[in-house]
Amino acid sequence: MFEIFGIPSQALFGQLLIGLINGSFYALLSLGLAVIFGMLNIINFTHGAQYMLGAFIAFFLLHYAGLNYWAALVIAPIVVGLTGILVERVLLQWLYKLDHLYGLLLTFGLALIIEGVFRNFFGSSGLPYRVPDSLQGGQNLGFMFLPNYRAWVIVLSLIVCFATWYLIERTRLGAYLRAATENPTLVRAFGINVPRMITLTYGFGVGLAALAGVMAAPIYNVSPQMGADLIIVVFAVVVIGGMGSIMGAIVTGFGLGIIEGLTKVFFPEASNTVIFVIMAIVLLIRPAGLFGRRT
Amino acid sequence: MNQAVSMHVASQSARSRSETAAFLLMVAFLVVAPSVIYPLFLMKVLCFALFACAFNLLLGYVGLLSFGHALYFGWASYVSAHAAKVWGLTPELAILAGAATATVLGVIAGSLAIRRQGIYFAMITLALAQMMYFFAIQAPFTHGEDGIQAVPRGRLFGLISLADPMAMYAVVVVIFLACFMLIYRIIYSPFGEVLKAIRENEPRAISLGYKTDRYKLVAFVLSATLAGVAGGTKAIVFQLASLTDVYWAMSGEVVLMTLVGGLGTVFGPAVGAFVIIAMQNYLAAFGQWVMVIQGSIFVACVMLFRRGIVGEIANLLRIKL
Repeated sequence: MFEIFGIPSQALFGQLLIGLINGSFYALLSLGLAVIFGMLNIINFTHGAQYMLGAFIAFFLLHYAGLNYWAALVIAPIVVGLTGILVERVLLQWLYKLDHLYGLLLTFGLALIIEGVFRNFFGSSGLPYRVPDSLQGGQNLGFMFLPNYRAWVIVLSLIVCFATWYLIERTRLGAYLRAATENPTLVRAFGINVPRMITLTYGFGVGLAALAGVMAAPIYNVSPQMGADLIIVVFAVVVIGGMGSIMGAIVTGFGLGIIEGLTKVFFPEASNTVIFVIMAIVLLIRPAGLFGRRT
Repeated sequence: MNQAVSMHVASQSARSRSETAAFLLMVAFLVVAPSVIYPLFLMKVLCFALFACAFNLLLGYVGLLSFGHALYFGWASYVSAHAAKVWGLTPELAILAGAATATVLGVIAGSLAIRRQGIYFAMITLALAQMMYFFAIQAPFTHGEDGIQAVPRGRLFGLISLADPMAMYAVVVVIFLACFMLIYRIIYSPFGEVLKAIRENEPRAISLGYKTDRYKLVAFVLSATLAGVAGGTKAIVFQLASLTDVYWAMSGEVVLMTLVGGLGTVFGPAVGAFVIIAMQNYLAAFGQWVMVIQGSIFVACVMLFRRGIVGEIANLLRIKL
């Protein structure tokens, strides 16, 4: 035990860890939002509900199908991704030609429907989800105790974030994707099926949200409203980072998580609001966001 | 040229004729209604109708989607409730105090939010509203989860007791109609024409020399202030200010009311408020299903009838409403 700025190291590093965990989820979710926004020009309000769906699917798989966490990690994103593809084909694709706001309103309505159904069956209280056996316990690092599961969440989300970055910025598929974001008509003229790419992008983005949901299930309880408040914070993260850059979304997500964790140590009353305050400051000095291009 | 002018005048008089008729119909309804419908329900509808009209001023006529209008509604209701209960102000002064709070908040949030366009605008207003929601949880004068309860209705101008439901109803009707006419006046003023120009094509309005940011900010503050009047009135009528009023779900509700009634129509938001409040009242027993139904209405409105109830009627009869 030692002290930093009069704060016991245990408390400081403990909150830093929580900050990193929150940051992992901010990064994963804002990444999905940014990818979807890039292709569909729609801000996906259902993202929080799809994150919650991921957690619930993990819960169902464990309790009704006997499939463990590792299976859920694969199955939940696929299931949610497929429902996302269905949503895109049936509803969203008719809105691209209209004002942005209709996409927002539609996805907000969908979020209300999903959250309402789950609240109806599961109430507002959380359901516990066990940490998988292989990730029980933790490491004593000398200055703090690091639970294995939390370390896993941080590592996995870093891997997923950078894999996504690599996919979009460094592969041929990603190049098509970026080209279609810039000028869909021209890319279609080259014989690339842009509408299908848009559909798959939406499926991929919401799949990321579901993956985050499965990862969150053992840390926070599984509850119907777990996504609703989180998504608003993620919106603020997106405003701060700007949606133009994948790396920007990742860095902003983790950075804000850490800042939020530190605020909990030094000024706990402001921990709920610090991200919004940062957003206001960023808007004052850099209206386009930290990594954004002026639109 | 002359022909164009005369056609313009003709369409304007047609507009004012259908709108005047609808306005008189609405006033007649408000006079007759309390003998048929429970006054407290009507007052709730009127508060939300005013809230939705204020919101529509921004979304329908400037094209700015604020997803955080609960901020002005809720904080005005807190301040009005506090003013009436703790400071002992008369109801009209309490409502004014609430509206003034909403104005100040509108200036701050508005000047931040108009720095970004489109979808970011919605996200910023939502995030700022959520921030003030957390302040409302922590601030001591709001009493957290309990809210400010047992707010006295008091005496209007220190003279007329508002404990009588009909007296209270009359006051709410007057406030609603006054604000409604103010909004109508704004929409058809030269200022309102510039707002519509910004909605249709902002770069073009800029190129014509309009400082669009100033127009947007003034419209934003007007909308926030009127939402504040609605919130303050609601606090006095129901003698309660609570966290529900500042939560994001409330912001969603006012969007829904406006969308159901008809975006950018004069009467749409009021009709939408009536429909949604009535639905909530009759379906209250179904618990969380109300949320599902509201979500479904959202989806149905966006996919199938984007004009809303009043917009569809106006389109069918080829009149302006």
